[in-house]
Amino acid sequence: MSIEQKLPEEYDSQAGDQRASVPMIEIKGLSRTFGSFQALKSIDLTIHKGTVFGFVGPNGAGKSTTMSILATLLAPTAGYAKVDGYDVTKYPHEVRKRIGYMPDFFGVYDNFKTIEYLHFYGASYGIPKAEREALIPQLLELVNLSDKKDAYVDTLSRGMKQRLCLARCLVHDPELLILDEPASGLDPRARIEMREILRELKAMGKTIIISSHILPELAEMVDEIGVIEHGTMTAQGNVTDIQNRLRVKRFLQIRLLDRVEEAEQFLRDRPYVNRLLRDEQGIQIHFGGHDAEQSELLHALMEAGFKLVSFSEAQTNLEDVFLEITKGGDDVQ
Amino acid sequence: MKNTAAEGRGLSQLRSWLINPVLNKEFTLRMRTPRSMWTLFFYLLALGFIMFSAIYLTQSLGGNSRSFNPENSKVLFYFLAFAQLGLIAFMAPGLTAGVISGEREKQTLNLLLTTQQSSSTIILSKLVSSLSFMIVIVLSTIPIYSMVFLYGGISPKQLVLVFLFYVYIMFVLGSFGIMFSTLLKRTMISVIATYGVGLFIFVGTAILFYVVMGVMQQMSYNSTNFSYGWIGHILAWNPIAALYSILEPSLTTEIYQMGYSSSGQKKPAIQLWQEFMLIYAVLAALALWLSIRKLRPRLKK
Repeated sequence: MSIEQKLPEEYDSQAGDQRASVPMIEIKGLSRTFGSFQALKSIDLTIHKGTVFGFVGPNGAGKSTTMSILATLLAPTAGYAKVDGYDVTKYPHEVRKRIGYMPDFFGVYDNFKTIEYLHFYGASYGIPKAEREALIPQLLELVNLSDKKDAYVDTLSRGMKQRLCLARCLVHDPELLILDEPASGLDPRARIEMREILRELKAMGKTIIISSHILPELAEMVDEIGVIEHGTMTAQGNVTDIQNRLRVKRFLQIRLLDRVEEAEQFLRDRPYVNRLLRDEQGIQIHFGGHDAEQSELLHALMEAGFKLVSFSEAQTNLEDVFLEITKGGDDVQ
Repeated sequence: MKNTAAEGRGLSQLRSWLINPVLNKEFTLRMRTPRSMWTLFFYLLALGFIMFSAIYLTQSLGGNSRSFNPENSKVLFYFLAFAQLGLIAFMAPGLTAGVISGEREKQTLNLLLTTQQSSSTIILSKLVSSLSFMIVIVLSTIPIYSMVFLYGGISPKQLVLVFLFYVYIMFVLGSFGIMFSTLLKRTMISVIATYGVGLFIFVGTAILFYVVMGVMQQMSYNSTNFSYGWIGHILAWNPIAALYSILEPSLTTEIYQMGYSSSGQKKPAIQLWQEFMLIYAVLAALALWLSIRKLRPRLKK
């Protein structure tokens, strides 16, 4: 049976018009169990074309499992996942054409040169040699590895290997990039380089699904985030929506000269104080109010005679959102 | 002009069909590791040592070292043929039992599985590349065999048949190695399982034959007209017996007629080594089929 004959019905006619409206990723009731452990519990997720989606959650929450299912490496126990309209279990061949997958852990072959490595994967995707000859220098340029084209891949640094793996994902020009922790174990400089590359890919119109603890740094380029915990999606939407859904509006950092415990008790009883943490730096509170309420709080502290060293507002970012959702269960609505 | 272009396209299609990316990578990387060179070196060293010891022994035991006895060289050739079979039994699992699990352990397998390469291409390319390397090793032992030829007494046909038998046994053990490598997560366990199966094929089947024969002989003493001719077929599972039946075709008749009363004797339909090949063709095909099916998870419900 030819591939054309195997295509789903929606592709039979007016394919062009309908394709544009098909979401890049459509997941419904997706579940996966490993023995008695339920890694995914009926997840629903829709990601439209051109979106950069940040997948947030603690280790073991089900991010990698979801990504493995999308990459056709794992079968779901229940539910379905579609990539560009193709069910991953029914049309894995079509799905593989459309995705570039970068796993959280990957290895490289020994005694293989960078350029040969890319040629091998290019050929494995059926790209003719002449096309590869033109394409691979561009890819190496994109990931800043042009000067390493004749180096053996096993001698490259971790950051370089990560970038090479990203180039490998791009070799067949996929529409969707599934990047599982692409910045794990990278030093700050390598992370910045990775971020710059991702920004370029976003500009190229790729749909990207990315799980990473680099997320705070990626805040401005991620369009949507999904938060997954214990195999269930706890929140999904654009970054601002998610932040608004949480009661956390702002973080306040307060340092006092003395009477810290007394101040802690005093703050607990104030309105809009959702959560309070104490550390060497002083007291950190999750404040639910706006400027007026914040000013009132400062005024109340001064009136009560507390000796303030500083009273500052910390910027909320994705990391705070992440911590809020995954640790502060009580405070999340 | 048009024809030339079409021919060129046809050639490149043929080339891409013969050498797929996985095979190309396997060939390239295998020849780049010093391990391949050392494998070849120690293999030749071992076989050379066995060969020279055998020549020395036959010459000194034969008494008259000045004359060349064709019978002696036949013994030498047989000895070499079985020694090489033993070495292959050691080499084939070692070279194949890690080809998939090794990639899994190195975390390169998932990257390969998300490409457009089919499971059968991956499995068969791994098998062909390992087989090719083993064939290179076995062919490189021909100069050692040529020393036996100096003494005469062996036909080239026998030599060719023996080498084809080696290729076959490498294919069989290689298929089992790849199957275990696909089914079992760890290379170490896969290597042990493949050697275990190898040991059973080489030694276990022979022991089984002798045990069953002992039992059958006991039973035949107690009843008249008791025939157990089928026990010869147990030996058809043993590669040593199969190789011996290539070297000495009369072995087949001897084994298959064992246990029959003289009136019940009939000419065997196929040679012992042919039966061996049929049995293991089915088993190896089954092993490869299982590897291809189990390489990727079963996605369809």
